[in-house]
Order: sequence, then C-alpha cells, then structure tokens
Amino acid sequence: MAWLYDNAPVIGGYAAAHAWYSLVPLVVGVVFSVPVGWLVSRAAHGRGMVLAIVGALYAIPSLPLLMVLPSILGTRILDPINLEVALGMYAVALMVQYCVDAFDSVDSTVLQSADAMGFGGFRRFWDVELPQAAPVILAGMRVVSVSTISLITVGSLIGVESLGMLFVEGYQRSFPFEILVGIVGTMGIAAAFDAALVVIGGMLMPWNRAVGHGIGERGRR
Amino acid sequence: MTIVFDHVSKTYDDGTIGVGDVSLTVRDGEVMVLVGPSGSGKTTLMRMVNRMVEPTSGRVLIDGRDVRGRDPIALRRSIGYVIQGGGLLPHRTVVDNIATIPMLNGVGRKRARDHAMGLLGKVGLDASLAGRYPAQLSGGQRQRVGVARALAADARILLMDEPFSAVDPVVRRELQNEVRRVQHDFGVTVVFVTHDINEAFFLADRIALLGDGGVLEQVDVPSRILGTPANERVRAFVEAGRPRMDKGVRCGLAV
Repeated sequence: MAWLYDNAPVIGGYAAAHAWYSLVPLVVGVVFSVPVGWLVSRAAHGRGMVLAIVGALYAIPSLPLLMVLPSILGTRILDPINLEVALGMYAVALMVQYCVDAFDSVDSTVLQSADAMGFGGFRRFWDVELPQAAPVILAGMRVVSVSTISLITVGSLIGVESLGMLFVEGYQRSFPFEILVGIVGTMGIAAAFDAALVVIGGMLMPWNRAVGHGIGERGRR
Repeated sequence: MTIVFDHVSKTYDDGTIGVGDVSLTVRDGEVMVLVGPSGSGKTTLMRMVNRMVEPTSGRVLIDGRDVRGRDPIALRRSIGYVIQGGGLLPHRTVVDNIATIPMLNGVGRKRARDHAMGLLGKVGLDASLAGRYPAQLSGGQRQRVGVARALAADARILLMDEPFSAVDPVVRRELQNEVRRVQHDFGVTVVFVTHDINEAFFLADRIALLGDGGVLEQVDVPSRILGTPANERVRAFVEAGRPRMDKGVRCGLAV
C-alpha cells in the first residue's frame, strides 16, 4: 500500500496517458466508420468486399503491426503515433461492421415516411437515419472502447506510456502487486469510458430512455 | 386542388405491370378512395401524385400542372402523406413530429411548435401528449398525430395509404370520422387507399375500384358501385367484402 502512495503521481500520469491514447482511436474510428458504414449499407455492390477487408484488418496481430508501421509511416519506432494508427485500424475494423448493421437496421417505413415528407440528401441522413442508427452505433462504440483500452497496454512494450507500464515493470521486478494495480486501473478506465458513453448516449437519445430501453438495444417497433 | 391522372401506367423492369392505363380525375375537395385487391396498383397510383413513383407513361397534373416539372422535395412537402402507424419519426416527440415539415420549410422552431400545438386539438388529441414519443402512444393516437403532421404544412392534398388497417374496429371508425371532419374543416382533397370496401363506402365521395394488373374497373359514387356495378369483377369484389352470416353459425348462436 505504501508503494501505491509513493507512486501515485506516476500511476496517475500513466492513467491519464492511457485514457488519452484510448480516446483518439475511438473518435477516429467512429468519425471514419459512420460515413463508410452509411455508404456500404446503401450500396448495391461491394458490401462483401469492404467487410472482408475491414474484417481482415482486425486479424493482423498487434505486435508485428507495431514493428512494421514505423517503416510504412516513416515514424520513429517509439513514437506513440504508431500505436494510435494501429488501434485506429482496429477501431475501424470493428466499427465499420457495427455502422453497416446500424444503418441496415433503420426501419424502412420510417425512411419511406421521411421521403414522403420531403427530407432530402443530408437532412435525411442527419435528422432521420443517424438518430435511428445511433443505438447500434453506440453499442459498437462500447465494444471498441473496451477493446482499445485493453490493447493500449501492448504499447508499453514499445515504450508508449500507459498503465501497461506497470505490467512490464512488475514482471521485471517480480512484484505482482504492481501488475495487479495495472490490471485494476485498466479495468477502471474501461468502466469509466463505458459509463461516460452510456450517459452521453442517454442525453443524445432521450427517446430511447423514455420508452424504457437500455442504450444499445433496438427500439420497439 | 384537382388531381388528374392522364393515361398513367407503371411497368417494372421485370415486365410486371403495376398500373395499367389509368385516367382518373380527383375533384377539388373530394374524398376519392382507391380500392382494390392486393396487387391492383392502388398504392403505386397514389404515389405518382407526390413523385414517390414515376409513371412509365402518362402524366399526373395538379391544378393543371404536370408534377414532373416540379422539384420532388418541394412537391412532397406541399402534400400530406399518412401511412399505417402514422409513419412518425420515433426519435421525435409528438409536437416535433407535427412541426417537422414546417421546420424543413424554414419556419422557426417556436412558431412551428405553436402551430403544432394548435393542430393537436384539431385532430382530437390532448395537449398533454405533446411531449411524448411515438412509442408511448396508442395506435389510434399515433394515427391522429400522423394526420396532424400531414396537415401542418397547410397541405391542400392528403394522400392516405391504408392508414387504419392496423387499429381495432372501434378506433378505426373514430379515425374515419376524423378524416371526414378534417376534410370538411380544412377543405382538403383526399386520396385514400384501402383494400376494405366497407371503409371505402363509409369515407368516399367517389370510389375508384381497381382490379388485377392495375386496371381501373369503375369510378363512381358509393351507391352506384353498390347498385350498378360495371362488371362481374366489381360485383364480386363488393360482394366479398360484405358482412354476412352463415346459416350454420346463426343456428350455433341460437343454441
């Protein structure tokens, strides 16, 4: 326990870096995947190909990817940007599939009704399709958030600061308590992100709350 | 407003005929009910009015103007459209659903909402429902909101596509009365699609009866559709929809 008090500033710094490095791929993943998912969901062709490609992205093992990325990106091997790009890729790999499902799940009568009312182009997307797809998109974000926060720890092997540093040091010093602190801290960040997503989702989707459904579930027809 | 279907037809890419060669005039301020079995093209015909469907041949005129010359988005905002379940946006409250089209047209939120609140009463809904979401309403209430929304942009034409087929008979009769009242109060021209001949008789100033392959069998006032059907198909369709009780059932009830 004394160790925990003594090292609180360092652990806090790791936790802050951990949270920040997790947030970026999550945001990038969503911003990229929503338009791609919308396009794929509408497209008559090419769906299988796009989903196969993003699916394959997720299958790339993370450590070799982190080794290869610097030569592709022209970055230094210890630059955090390598980790961010890798995790951004994984986020996209998961989120595109969720976004395609989200836009597929929008009730066609609602869309027809929107057309009949004279929603055109961007308004139809922004005012009708996106809010209707949002619960499934949020469900995807919750999965990606947890997955990213856990994967960040791999970055400690290439020197990117996060609570994963506690695993590396704990192993090196044969000090299990430090590893435990790293695990609990990582889980704590994951829980905090998840809670934040649920709260933000509830504020942005009051209709979901009003009809007594959990966030991420499909609304009643 | 007068709607003229001038020799319209719809043939799909695979050769199926949705609408045959239909010429029909809907007079200003009347309730015209398009009735017929499934696959008779009644919905397809109605959707030509707001360009949800483009005819393969022929023209649709509103007050003498070909709809093809009009921007589909602007055209649709000027025509009310009601479908089964009301077609409400599930993520907007009742008042915002009604205010949707005026707001699309650039009316300010406050004004659009005030107007929407006024319309609630006109379709027989309590103002306390304004803040609810569609999922929190009964089927009949949703349908009334759908009608209010269709009227909100001062539409002169209402297109109604089997709007009441999913509500129970008592509520359906109330809603049918509401349509007649709204039509009278607002002086709108109504095109109403149904497969239920009794609903057609109750609502219609005139009935257009369509048959298989989108053929117009007869256009007439209800009494003449009933009294002097144009052909066997009309007679058969009207007969099939009439309530009747089997002798066996009657005996069963008496026992």
